Order: sequence, then C-alpha cells, then structure tokens
Amino acid sequence: MDDSTDLQTQPAAVSLRGIVKSFGTGDTKVTVLRGIDLDIYLGEMLLLVGESGGGKTTLLSAIAGILEIDAGDIDVLGVPLSDLPTGKRTTFRGQTMGFIYQQFNLLPALTAAENVAVPLLIQKISRSEALRRARTMLDRVGLGDRTEFLPKNLSGGQQQRVAIARALVNEPRLLICDEPTAALDGPNGQKIMELLREVGRAPDRCVVIVTHDSRIFHFGDRMANLTDGRIVSIETITREGSA
Amino acid sequence: MNYVALKMLFGDRAKYLMLLCGLTFAVMLIVQQGSIFWGLMIWSQSSVSNLNVPIWVTDPGIAQVDEVKPIADTAVDRVRSVPGVEWAVPLYKGLLRARLSNGDYHQITLTGLESSTLIGRPAEVLEGRFEDVLQPDAVVLDQWAVERMGGPNVIKIGTVFELNDKLARVVAIAKTQKSFTNIPVVYTTYERAIRYVPRERRTLSYVLAKAKDGVPVAEVTTRIHEQTGLGAFTAEDFGWKTIGWVLKNTGIGINFGTTILLGFIVGMAIAGQTFYLFTVENLRQFGALKAMGASTFTLARMILLQAFTVGLTGYGVGIGLATVFGFMTARSGGLPFIETWQLLLLVLVALLAICTFSALISIIKLARLEPAIVFR
Repeated sequence: MDDSTDLQTQPAAVSLRGIVKSFGTGDTKVTVLRGIDLDIYLGEMLLLVGESGGGKTTLLSAIAGILEIDAGDIDVLGVPLSDLPTGKRTTFRGQTMGFIYQQFNLLPALTAAENVAVPLLIQKISRSEALRRARTMLDRVGLGDRTEFLPKNLSGGQQQRVAIARALVNEPRLLICDEPTAALDGPNGQKIMELLREVGRAPDRCVVIVTHDSRIFHFGDRMANLTDGRIVSIETITREGSA
Repeated sequence: MNYVALKMLFGDRAKYLMLLCGLTFAVMLIVQQGSIFWGLMIWSQSSVSNLNVPIWVTDPGIAQVDEVKPIADTAVDRVRSVPGVEWAVPLYKGLLRARLSNGDYHQITLTGLESSTLIGRPAEVLEGRFEDVLQPDAVVLDQWAVERMGGPNVIKIGTVFELNDKLARVVAIAKTQKSFTNIPVVYTTYERAIRYVPRERRTLSYVLAKAKDGVPVAEVTTRIHEQTGLGAFTAEDFGWKTIGWVLKNTGIGINFGTTILLGFIVGMAIAGQTFYLFTVENLRQFGALKAMGASTFTLARMILLQAFTVGLTGYGVGIGLATVFGFMTARSGGLPFIETWQLLLLVLVALLAICTFSALISIIKLARLEPAIVFR
C-alpha cells in the first residue's frame, strides 16, 4: 500500500485535465487555477500542499464538485463530474464522497452519533439504522463512549474524530479533507492523521488532503505542490518499512 | 432529515423562543383585536338579535336598525295582507330621557311591544316576570339599564322613574346583548310607549313579521316590498345592513384593521428577521449539508418544517392566550369579544403566510449558497 508506484498502474480514480478557474472580472479578475493536470489513484493518500493563495482549496472544491470550473475536465470514479447537472452532482457527491473540514462543521444541536448519522439520513436511510451505523463508526474512531455527547462537550481533537466518523460512515470512495489538523495542536494533529491513515485509507478509496502543516507531510503517499495555480511538483513519499 | 431540522430548531433555544414569542404575539394580537372587532359588530346589530323575529319591515330608505324612520300605522295591516305572512305586529323604537327620583337624567331606548303577544320580548328574564309589563305604568329594563342608571341599589323591581313626565315602574329585569351605543333599553307595551313619547303624526317604527311555515323568508320579504312599497328585511340581512353601516360610517373597521395589520407586519418582521438570522448563523452547517449531498430541495423542506413547526406552536399558544384574555374580560359581557372559527382560520392562513415568507427568505439564501463556503 505504501508503494504508490504500484497504484499508478491502475486507472485514476480522480482525473483532472486542464483545470482553469478564475474569480472576479475585468481588472479584478484573478486566475487561481492555471491548467491543472493531476491523477489520483484508489488506495492512495494524496497531500495537496503549497503556499497560501496557491489554489489548494479551490482545487479541492473543484474535485468535490462544489465549485464550477471555467475550463477543463474532472472525472471522478469514471463519472465526468464537470458535465453533470447540479442535482445529479449533489447526489453523486452524497453517495461517493466524504468530507472533513478545518472547522469540523458539526451541527451543534446534534449529538456525536446524530452528527455522524447525517450523511446516511441524507441518503434516506432510516434513523435507527443510521444511528446504529454511526455508533459503530464512532467506536472505530475511539469515541464509543462519547456517542451522546454534544459537540460543545467534546475537545477539538474529539470533534475532529466525530467529523472523520461522519466522513467515513457512508463508506465513500473519495475522502476530501481540508486542513484537517489546522485547528488542532501538534499532538492532536498527529493523532488525527494517524487515525485518518488507519481508518480512512482503504484499497478502494482515495484520500485527498489539503494542508500546509509540514508536520503531517509524512502521512501521505504522494504530495502535490501547488504554487500560483500550477502544480510545480509531485513527489512520492517514502517511509521506513516501505518497499 | 426532518429530525435534523427539528433538532437544529430546538437546539438554538434563544432563537427558537424569540421566534415563538414573535409569532405568539402576532397571533394573540390579531385574534384579540379581531374578536373584539367582531364582538363590536355583533353588538351593533343587537337591536335586531335581541328581538329575535324573522322579518323586519320599515321605511325602504332605512340604513340601520337604530335609525328609526316612522311609517304609517296602516303598515301593520298591509303587511298582514301579504300572502305568506303568518303574523305581523307593530314595534315602537325611539330615544327618550328617563328622569330618576334622585334627579338624574339618562337617555334610554324605549321599545314598545305589541301587548297581546309581546313578540320581540327578550328570551331571558333575570328578575321578575316579563308579563307584568301589562300592568299599569309597567316597564321592563335590561341589565345594562340597571348598570348605566345607577346600579342595583338605585334601579330594582319597584323603582319608579319618569319618562316624559309620565310614570314608569320597573317590574322586571331582562337579559339582553349589550348594544354598540350602550344606551339602556326600556321595554313596555306598544300602546304605552306611544303615550310616553311626544305626539307625532307617525309613530310606528317597525312591523315585525313571520313567514308561514314552508314559505321561504326571503320570498316573503320580496313580496312585502313589492306589495307595500316598504323595506322588508330578514333579520340576518338587517343585521348585516347595520354592520355595513357601522363599518362605513364610524371608521371602526380602519382602526381595528390597522391594528390587525400591524400585528401581521410585526409578526412577519420578527419571524422573518429571526429566521433569516438563524439561517445565516448556520450557513456553514447548511453548506456542509449541501456538500454532503443534501439538495436545495431537502434544505428547503427542512427550513419549511422549522418555520411551520414554530408557527403552529405560536398559533396554539397565541390563540390560547387570546382566549384566556377573552374569557377573563368578556365573561360578564362587559367587553365585546367573540372568537369565531372563521377568524381562527383566517389567522391560521395569515400565520402560514408569515411562516412561508420567513422561510422563503432563508430558502433563497440557501439556494444561492455555494457549498464551497465550507472550505473558506
């Protein structure tokens, strides 16, 4: 699994070709993505890194299909995402993707289990079944004894664990993470990345993480460096014990 | 997702209570003012409802029941001769001043009923016997006359006062619905009423009539009008005619309408603003839901559920409070307060409009929301 070179022999799960995205018009127009070509494979954890304003989050939004692009093609799991109408894209996203945010974005009025159950409820799975699966997932992220806690009664690290459980509960094939450790201190960030690698990474799933936290770079399989709207380098990360 | 929507609504307790208070206040204000307004309208035609006869005949140019336009005494016989009329009796109605033994003067409405049948007498008598009105100089007062003319210590059975320098002796107290003008009503026989009032060429105020069984009342009123040239109205039509006159000539409709409209606008403003704030403050969460696959339709349904849940709760509480207010203040009949199902239905429609409007503002905001907001 750690040898991403093997992964690249199979078709890409996410394929980006010539992605261009600008914001504003006229004199205020800013081009954020300038022709991005990138393939992301099942089973890998890809880190999108680079300086602030380099286009990392914009690219992540484009991959997730929640931001319209100006030009280019995005294929996710064989589906031309950029050609899908908004409604179908929303459904596709709900069925195939999981999200982890920098600010967790948990619903404050819902318990941990209820928060985790939300993606299943969106998929019209019954509440009792959704909650049952949510509790199982919370158990997997080490919060089996916190299922009925409200977010305000959980620490930042625990809230991010709930968010991870929520992102994984519907068994997505594409996991999208935006600065998952930015709101956490160093040790908690390390723990979250360990957890992501342990429960998030799977042979039939690819994980894309936007981060500028150099302390977690070693958790990825590959690292794409995005600067000024272009991918300037992609490097494979080797770690001790890898082939 | 209904469960999530309701948890989100009840979870933000401060906003929920503010929404609930705003809508409850709006409902209470509209129901309370609407009920008082309708109570006043019912009072305005109490001269018709208190007499409880099916057909009223008088001058065709009459505008409302308290505006008396005397007609010729022969009108009674002319009405009796109309096919389909079972009976017709005269009624005197006019304003007079009563002089009490302590020297106080009070304006009263003198009502003279046909002595042989006493048709038009109040249905309920609180003290004494109404039939005693047939005794010499006897009059019957309604309970509002007792209240207005000095209370039960001053006006009671046996009390004597003067009407146009002629003796009047109270023999009974009847229960009636209060009138819009709240002028005390003094009942006596038609013949005695004519003796009390200054001599006029025409003294007959109304002819009260009833249609024969099986003959539609509306058909009889048409026949009376065609054959006598007089104005003939069913009690219901005459009541509405009176209400219409009051609305047109007193400005009361505009006054109450303004208050009701204010209640509607205040309710809409509070609910709309609070709901919008609620949505804006949860924008990232809604964005997250959108990113996770919730469609705009799903979010709109959630917002509508939240709006209607708080709306219907406010509706129940508001009506409950307005009803308690009505019960506390109107049970003695001193304040006009009539809560009708039509009013409650109207308020429900108004409330649903408020909720829909409030929800719509939020839904538009959410429809335009880019889920990418969660990455910013």
